[in-house]
Amino acid sequence: MAVNVSIPTILRSHTDGQKSVQADGGTVAEVINDLDSRHSGLKDRLVKDGGLHRFVNVYVNDEDVRFVGGLDATVTDGDSLTILPAVAGGMR
Amino acid sequence: MLVIRRDLVDAMVAHARRDHPDEACGVVAGPEGSDRPERMIEMINAERSPTFYRFDSTEQLQVWRAMDAADEEPVVIYHSHTATEAYPSRTDVSYASEPNAHYVLVSTRDPHEYELRSYRIVDGVVTEEPVEVVESYMFAHTGGDDIPDLG
Repeated sequence: MAVNVSIPTILRSHTDGQKSVQADGGTVAEVINDLDSRHSGLKDRLVKDGGLHRFVNVYVNDEDVRFVGGLDATVTDGDSLTILPAVAGGMR
Repeated sequence: MLVIRRDLVDAMVAHARRDHPDEACGVVAGPEGSDRPERMIEMINAERSPTFYRFDSTEQLQVWRAMDAADEEPVVIYHSHTATEAYPSRTDVSYASEPNAHYVLVSTRDPHEYELRSYRIVDGVVTEEPVEVVESYMFAHTGGDDIPDLG
């Protein structure tokens, strides 16, 4: 299952500067594992304690995966996976 | 140094005032690599909170895609502090992940006078930078002058 993965600026050091890369997998977790095998270190930036890291948003097509099963969200051939840094903060 | 047009500063402050006492947040996009903030986008604070902000993830995807399609990047990422000074909190620093962005904070704790300050936040290190407010980029020390100002 080949998907196109778009990589945010902050993580492009793991992909030799590439904005998008290919990966395989039937779930978000599998895609991330495959990504990590090709671009070492990416998984640590995306996953923490078995869940999606709170500092990132991951989308399958237009859907934030947090609303559709998180790392177990299904990915099918031709989907696009987008990684963005979560933008958040505040007084505390 | 952040060089930014006065109308954009006024618009950020107006947004912060309007959402007070909740924190307001948004971005100012500009051409990739130009370091020139041009197009302000008010974002929804999904937390609607006086102490925390988070871009609505679905809106963020749309806005980031539009920037990408227009060869733009977030030149400024701004938010307000409504009861404290305009200095990045520990939370702000932990989330800061656009190495090219100017992180602008607006404090609205004083109802009459705002405080607006700008920072670079890279690998957890906060560096405050001067802010030069200009009427137009044509005469400021920014990159190319080929694109006329809209404001």
